Amino acid sequence: MKEQERFEPRIIGFLCNWCAYTGADLAGVSRMKSAPNVRVLRLMCSGRVDPTFVLRAFQLGADGVLVAGCHPGDCHYQEGNYKALRRTLLLKRVLRQFGIDERRLRLEWISASEGEKFARVANEFTEEIRALGPLELTAALETGPALELEEVRA
Amino acid sequence: MITVNINGVERQVPEGTTILQAARALDVSIPTLCYHPWLKPFGACRICTVQVQRPRGYELLTACNTPCEEGMVIRTDTDNVRQARRVVLELMLARWPNVPVLQQLAAELGVEKPRFRSEFCDEDPEACILCLRCVRICEEVVGASAIGYEDRGIKRRVVTPFNRESEACVACGACAQVCLTHHIKFEPEDYRGKPPEFLLGPNTAIFIPTPQAVPKVPRIDPEACIHFKTNGCQKCVEVCEAKAVNHEMTDQEIEIEVGQILLATGYELFDASVMSQYGYGRLDNVYSALDIERMLNATGPTGGRVLLKNGQPPRAVAIIHCVGSRDENYQRYCSRVCCMYALKFAHLIKERCPEAEVYDFYIDMRAFGKGYEEFYSRVLHEGTNVIRGKVAEVVQAGWSKQDEGTLLVRCEDTLIGRFREIPVDMVILCNAIVPQRDAERVARLFGLSRSPDGFFLERHPKLDPVATSTDGLFVAGCAQGPKDIPDSVAQASAAAARMLATIAKGVVEIDPVRAEINEEFCSGCRVCNALCPYSAIEYLADKNVSRVNSALCKGCGTCVAACPAGAITGYGFNDRQIQAELEGLLAVR
Repeated sequence: MKEQERFEPRIIGFLCNWCAYTGADLAGVSRMKSAPNVRVLRLMCSGRVDPTFVLRAFQLGADGVLVAGCHPGDCHYQEGNYKALRRTLLLKRVLRQFGIDERRLRLEWISASEGEKFARVANEFTEEIRALGPLELTAALETGPALELEEVRA
Repeated sequence: MITVNINGVERQVPEGTTILQAARALDVSIPTLCYHPWLKPFGACRICTVQVQRPRGYELLTACNTPCEEGMVIRTDTDNVRQARRVVLELMLARWPNVPVLQQLAAELGVEKPRFRSEFCDEDPEACILCLRCVRICEEVVGASAIGYEDRGIKRRVVTPFNRESEACVACGACAQVCLTHHIKFEPEDYRGKPPEFLLGPNTAIFIPTPQAVPKVPRIDPEACIHFKTNGCQKCVEVCEAKAVNHEMTDQEIEIEVGQILLATGYELFDASVMSQYGYGRLDNVYSALDIERMLNATGPTGGRVLLKNGQPPRAVAIIHCVGSRDENYQRYCSRVCCMYALKFAHLIKERCPEAEVYDFYIDMRAFGKGYEEFYSRVLHEGTNVIRGKVAEVVQAGWSKQDEGTLLVRCEDTLIGRFREIPVDMVILCNAIVPQRDAERVARLFGLSRSPDGFFLERHPKLDPVATSTDGLFVAGCAQGPKDIPDSVAQASAAAARMLATIAKGVVEIDPVRAEINEEFCSGCRVCNALCPYSAIEYLADKNVSRVNSALCKGCGTCVAACPAGAITGYGFNDRQIQAELEGLLAVR
């Protein structure tokens, strides 16, 4: 396969401000190479990741979503990452019902000092999504009025 | 008070005073063997015999256990007394002819050779003379009763129960301490593995840690103190006139409400015994940097002299840099301070032992600070041998033909490209600075992050090097990373100034990132109430809505994501902002 034709997945990375985002920053200032496919969206806490954000990202054309927060017990807000864990596990089941491979959603614990881990996760996840191929949305999620955002939340 | 007359001198003494105590108060010497001021009078040896005048003649009594009586007339220097003491001593010498304390007393009393012979003669100079001070101190003072005596008369012996290793023994050494003949010996344990102040030479169970200790008060080591083992002893309580010794004292938890905290929890020294090739903890005269720091201290155990374990000054000293630091197997980082203190050691050893050769083994010499490079060249001019190369191992050099040194340092000298073996007397290891072993627990407690090397992480290495990711929490010194004293002082001053600035301002600015509940949309389901880790959401029962206390809210947004009605807005990160960000991020392929 020629270089131009290679599938470049678009991945949204929801990173918490205190651990994962700082870790990603560290990877950057340490000049580590990581896949540019992860498009970072900073939140204060992984607990802020509303499941609708993930669905919306897929709807808008993301091929994968990475949610990264602090290691268990290290959350800046004490337990936001546990909430993220619970929601992610539930959301994976919902994704299946939408016909989205649950591997396209990944939850990782990355501490502020783990720049190297961020780079590794970004690279691994990019390769994994690349292998899965582009996300093909079912018509329902793409256009269906029954799945307008507000309804998904309700 | 009663009046006694000793050798013609009248003296008032309190009632219950023994003749021996009264005599000693008058500087009248009475020889003793089994007597010990801490113990109850025993009267076993009879050497303290004195003469007490009675209405009809006199009586010979032991001074140690006879209380004074009103008007008692006591003589300690008559021929009768001397004769009695001589007989006692002759009998003892017959049995233990070579014991130095007895020989010394014999010389004082003019006994040349005992007239008697004993079938049980023991010629050992360290024979037990059955004063039983050991048995009594173990019972009366220590409270362990780990030793006793068996049999009677000529067969009496000091033994442990059933002649086995006594389980009651607390290894305090008191018995050996009071033994007159060194019959009981106490071999102190190896002090390695204890805190630095113990490392060089033995210490007592109650001690002032260092002469510069703050607060400068003695402390009790409960692991070494006899009282904590047997409930006995407490001799320190008896002698303390200020009544300041308290064995019941326990750790107290004191709660203090504060608004800001400076974490300056320092560092720990890398345990060099892990690197067995350097022999720390295994070979004599291999020291860690802190051991040597203690030895070089004028108030240290050697008074600042550099000495080997045998008390001699060293002829050659090796200083090994980067022990456990800049090492892929242990710590990858540079400990920063070692090069300079190693040069300081070289300088001080040259000063205190001008004859000694000093070898300094380094990987790279990092003289990075103000005046440091100048100090390095000064040390070079003083004749320190600096060798660029990492030491492979330190071994015992017992086979050395000229007996030039007791240790052998093997290394590669990378500047001349040769393998070298250098005989030395003393090896000093420059251990890496490592995080405190409870750093992880402390980090969890304060909600801090740690850098990959385990030290506490500052908020930003350049823009905010003293703050942490938690508001009001600052970090300074080696808790944040290895650094020398000037750097620690600078960082701590900066942190203190930052804290004072907040105090001076009188108000705390909080991030605008907060959650707010729109009461029109809130259904009062209370899902958010339980989610908030700060209990910042209160439920208003009268209105059937929840409300965020914005002073408590930290803005994590967990409740925002969970609200089934979408009634909560997270300022700074509201749904619309994030959706817009998503759209923007995914707008380009």
